[in-house]
Amino acid sequence: MIEQAIFIVILAAAVYLFWKNAAKVRRNILLGREADYNNRPSDRWATMARVALGQSKMTKRPVAAILHIFVYVGFVIINIEVMEILIDGLFGSHRVFSKPLGSFYGMLIGSFEVLALLVLISCAIFLVRRNVLRLKRFTGQEMSDWPKSDANYILITEILLMTAFLTMNAADYKLQALHYSHYLQVGSFPVSGFIAPLLPSAAGALVMVERVCWWFHIIGILAFLNYLPYSKHFHILLAFPNTYYSRLQPKGQFANMDSVTNEVKAMLDPSFVPEPAEISRFGAKDVTDLTWKNLMDAYTCTECGRCTSVCPANITGKKLSPRKIMMDTRDRITEVGNNIDKHGKDYIDDKTLLDNYISREELWACTTCNACVDACPVNINPLEIITEMRRYVVMEESQAPASLNNMFGNMENNGAPWKYSQADRFNWAEKE
Amino acid sequence: MEQKIPTMAEMAAEGKQPEILFWVGCAGSFDERAQRITRDICKILQHVGMSFAVLGTEESCTGDPAKRAGNEFLFQMQAIMNIQVLDGYNIKKIVTGCPHCFNTIRNEYPALGGNYEVIHHSQLIQQLIDEGKLKAEGGESFKGRKITFHDPCYLGRANDVYEAPRRALEILDADLVEMKRCKSNGLCCGAGGAQMFKEPEPGKKDINDERMLDVLEAKASVIASGCPFCMTMLTDGVKHIEKEQEIKVLDIAEITVKANGL
Repeated sequence: MIEQAIFIVILAAAVYLFWKNAAKVRRNILLGREADYNNRPSDRWATMARVALGQSKMTKRPVAAILHIFVYVGFVIINIEVMEILIDGLFGSHRVFSKPLGSFYGMLIGSFEVLALLVLISCAIFLVRRNVLRLKRFTGQEMSDWPKSDANYILITEILLMTAFLTMNAADYKLQALHYSHYLQVGSFPVSGFIAPLLPSAAGALVMVERVCWWFHIIGILAFLNYLPYSKHFHILLAFPNTYYSRLQPKGQFANMDSVTNEVKAMLDPSFVPEPAEISRFGAKDVTDLTWKNLMDAYTCTECGRCTSVCPANITGKKLSPRKIMMDTRDRITEVGNNIDKHGKDYIDDKTLLDNYISREELWACTTCNACVDACPVNINPLEIITEMRRYVVMEESQAPASLNNMFGNMENNGAPWKYSQADRFNWAEKE
Repeated sequence: MEQKIPTMAEMAAEGKQPEILFWVGCAGSFDERAQRITRDICKILQHVGMSFAVLGTEESCTGDPAKRAGNEFLFQMQAIMNIQVLDGYNIKKIVTGCPHCFNTIRNEYPALGGNYEVIHHSQLIQQLIDEGKLKAEGGESFKGRKITFHDPCYLGRANDVYEAPRRALEILDADLVEMKRCKSNGLCCGAGGAQMFKEPEPGKKDINDERMLDVLEAKASVIASGCPFCMTMLTDGVKHIEKEQEIKVLDIAEITVKANGL
C-alpha cells in the first residue's frame, strides 16, 4: 500500500511538471507570427506517416539510420512494457498482462528484451561515434559544452534504463525458477537469461534487485520525460506535429509577402486602396518576427547536423551553419519566454536574434540552395529564417552588402542585375 | 542567327499567337557564354518547327536575385510589371533557359496573379525526345564520352526536376557518370541566393572549387548543366584546376545542338 501511494505521488508530480513545462514550450512557440499550415490535411498526414513514423529521410545515412531505427522502435514498443509497469505501480499488481495474454506475453517480453539489447548496443555505438571517433558532423562552433553534454546525458540515460530493465527481468526470471511468492513463470527471457547467473541466488536479495531496478526504471523514465522540454531530445515528440505542419510547396517557392504586395500595388496604381493590415516590420529582427512554425522547427531540432554537413557555405569554411541558425532561434525564444515569466509579458530586453545570436556574415553566406532543408529528417527549414532575416536587413535597415545594392540599382534602372541597357537586351539575336 | 527570332510584339501585330514563349532571362540576354546557349535553344525550337516567340526588349529580370537577397519590394515590382507584359500578350506557356527564372515564374508569380505553365528548357528537350521529334544524329558524336550532370539547385532540389536533363543525355550513347554529390544531394555551384552578384563571405575556399573535387573523382570529360550561373561557376572552377583542355562545361541545349549538327 505504501509503495502504491509513493508511486502515485511520484507519477502525479512527474506528469504535472512535464505538462507545465511542455505548456511553456507551446506558449513560446505561439509567440511567433501567425501562419496558415492547415490546408491539404491528407497530404499532411501522409507526410507525417512517411517522414516521422516511417523515418524516410534517415536512409541517406544508412549506419545512423539502422542504429536510430533500433532506438526508435525500441522506444515505441517498450512503451507497452511501461504501460504494464504503470498499472502494476498503481494497483500493486505484478506483470498484470501476463495472465490475460498467456503465451503471447512470453513472446512480447522476449521481443522487448531483444529490442532493449539493440537499444543498449546502438546507444553505446552512438556514444563512441560522438566521443571517441568524433565524427565531424557532431563538431562545429555551435556544438559547445551544453549540446555535447545534452547528447551524452540522453545516451547514458537510455543505456541505464535498458540495463535496469534487463536486470529487473533477470532477477524476476531467477525468482520464477525458484517458484518464489507471486513471481509466476511467464515465458523465456532471451537476453536477461544471460545476466541471471551474475545475480545472487538468495530469494530475498533477488527480490531486492528486482524491486530496485523496477523503481529505477520507472522513476528514470519519468525523470527523462521531464528532461525532454529542456533538451534537444524533445524531437521524439515534436517530430510528429512538425512533420504534419511541413511546408508542402516546392522548396524553391519563397513565401510571398502580402504586406509588400499591398504597397507595391498602391505604388503602381494610385487608385488601389489596400485593406488595412496590422503594422509590423518587414522580415525578422527577433524571434517573435518569425512564424510559429519557424519556432516549432527550432524546438524540434535534435542537432544531428545533417543540414550543416551538406551546406556548401559550411563545407567551404564559411561561418554559416544551418544547425546553429536553429539552435540560436531556440535559445533566443527560450530566453524571451523566460523573460516573460520573470518580468511580465511587456518586458523587452536589449537583445535580438540578429546580431546577438546570428551575425550578418552568416546570413550573407547562404546560397539558398535548399540542401539543409532537404537533409533534415524532420522537415525543419533553416532557409526560411535566413531569408526572413535578410528581408529585415535589406528592407528595414537598407544594410545589404554594397555589391548587392548595386545589383538592386541595376535591376531597378535597366531591368537586369548587371549594368546593361534594356535596349540592348535583344542584341543576342544579331550575333552568330 | 540564320533564321529571324520572332518577338511577341511582331507576332501580335500580325495577329498570331505562338505555341510557347521563350523566356530568355538576363544571363541569356547579356552574358556572352549564355547568349550562345540562348541561340542554341532557338535553334532547337526552329529545328523541330515549334512556333515560339521572345519578348525581346520587353523582357525584364524576373526579380529572382532581389527575392533571394531579401528585397521583396524590388522583386514584386519586377514581377508585377512582367505579369502585365505576359498577360498583355495572353501568354499561357513559357519555356525558360534558366532554372532561376523557371522557379520564380512557376512558383512565385501565381501569388501575384501570374499563372502560366512553365517548363525549363531541359524539360522541353525531354518532351521533344519522347515525342520522337528530336534525336541525336547528324552531328558530333558523344559516344563513349564520360558526361556528368551537375544539378542546378533551382531545377533539382527546388523543383524536383532530376530526370529531364538526364533523359536529354541518355540518347547520346555516352558514358553517363554521376558525381558523388548528385540529384537531391547535389552540391550548389556557389552562385545561388544572389551570391552571383557579390564576393563570397570569408572561408577556406570557394564553393565551385569544392565542386571540382566531385568532377575529378567522377573522371568526367564533359560537365553538363542547365543554368547560366552554374555555367559561369563551373567554367571558372575548371580554369582554377587548369583542366580547360580535358574538361568541357556544356549546357544541355548546347549538347543537343552539337549532337544534331544544328
